[in-house]
Amino acid sequence: MALVTFALRASFLLLPPGIETPALLRRALRYVPAAVLTAIWAPELVFAPGMEQLAAGVVAIAVAWRWRLTFVTILAGLAALHLFHWLL
Amino acid sequence: MLVGVVAFGIIAGVAMVASGIPPLAAMLMSLLVFAGASMVASAQLLASGTPALLVILTTVFINLRFMMYSASLRMHFQHEPLRWRLLFGYLIADNVYGLTLMRAATHPAPREFFLGAGVMVWAAWQLAVAAGILIGAGVPASWRLEFAAPLAFIAMSIPMLRDRAMVAAAIVAGLTVIAANGLPLKLSIAAAALAGIAAGMLAERFTRRSG
Repeated sequence: MALVTFALRASFLLLPPGIETPALLRRALRYVPAAVLTAIWAPELVFAPGMEQLAAGVVAIAVAWRWRLTFVTILAGLAALHLFHWLL
Repeated sequence: MLVGVVAFGIIAGVAMVASGIPPLAAMLMSLLVFAGASMVASAQLLASGTPALLVILTTVFINLRFMMYSASLRMHFQHEPLRWRLLFGYLIADNVYGLTLMRAATHPAPREFFLGAGVMVWAAWQLAVAAGILIGAGVPASWRLEFAAPLAFIAMSIPMLRDRAMVAAAIVAGLTVIAANGLPLKLSIAAAALAGIAAGMLAERFTRRSG
């Protein structure tokens, strides 16, 4: 993990001067974070046992969309999880 | 900025321990890897018994964005000595990259700036992860802090959805990962990443043509 992460970070910094970054690669890389991060959290909500994770996740998505604050999103999601657990 | 780093560091520490990684291993991972999203995801995968090779593959996909930063910082740092470029590579992080680009727009020679921001973020991050590991090890399982992991990913990914192409990439990736859930060995994440990237690039082309 450490090695591949470092290799990705250092990749273009270590290339000798004079080599251009391919435009297609740059365009593709732009969508990597949103695609991968979504692929990580989506199954955690959809395939969780019971409905409380999914419901709490929807609350967290709404909070993240509205306020864009990491800590607030996580606190709201955890609070919603316990609330839905108690309700359902 | 450091508030965000510290908050996410604490959450990463808590989430790693909550998904079942021993505290010392979690701290070592933080020092070596220094990339929060991939650490939390790997902790979850390792705890669910995913083979190491698949954990590494997932790490590659999550941390591909650093390659993008690396490509973009290259024009500022390509003439620095090798040992500096190696150190800069290790220090690349989302917010350090963002700050350095802003600074480089108005000031020449962002080397000292990058180094200062990088070291500060690194130190704050490591202390925060250590604090999170201690908190995570001391909190009962009934608090369900392991759910902080997917929440942290929601908190990171949703604010990225600023244009239609980005939304398309995220939605297609989400649908693909759910449809491909039957694939062995968590290959669904790699499949979803590729489908999402393709969707984003297609949507980008389509919006440009119509606009």
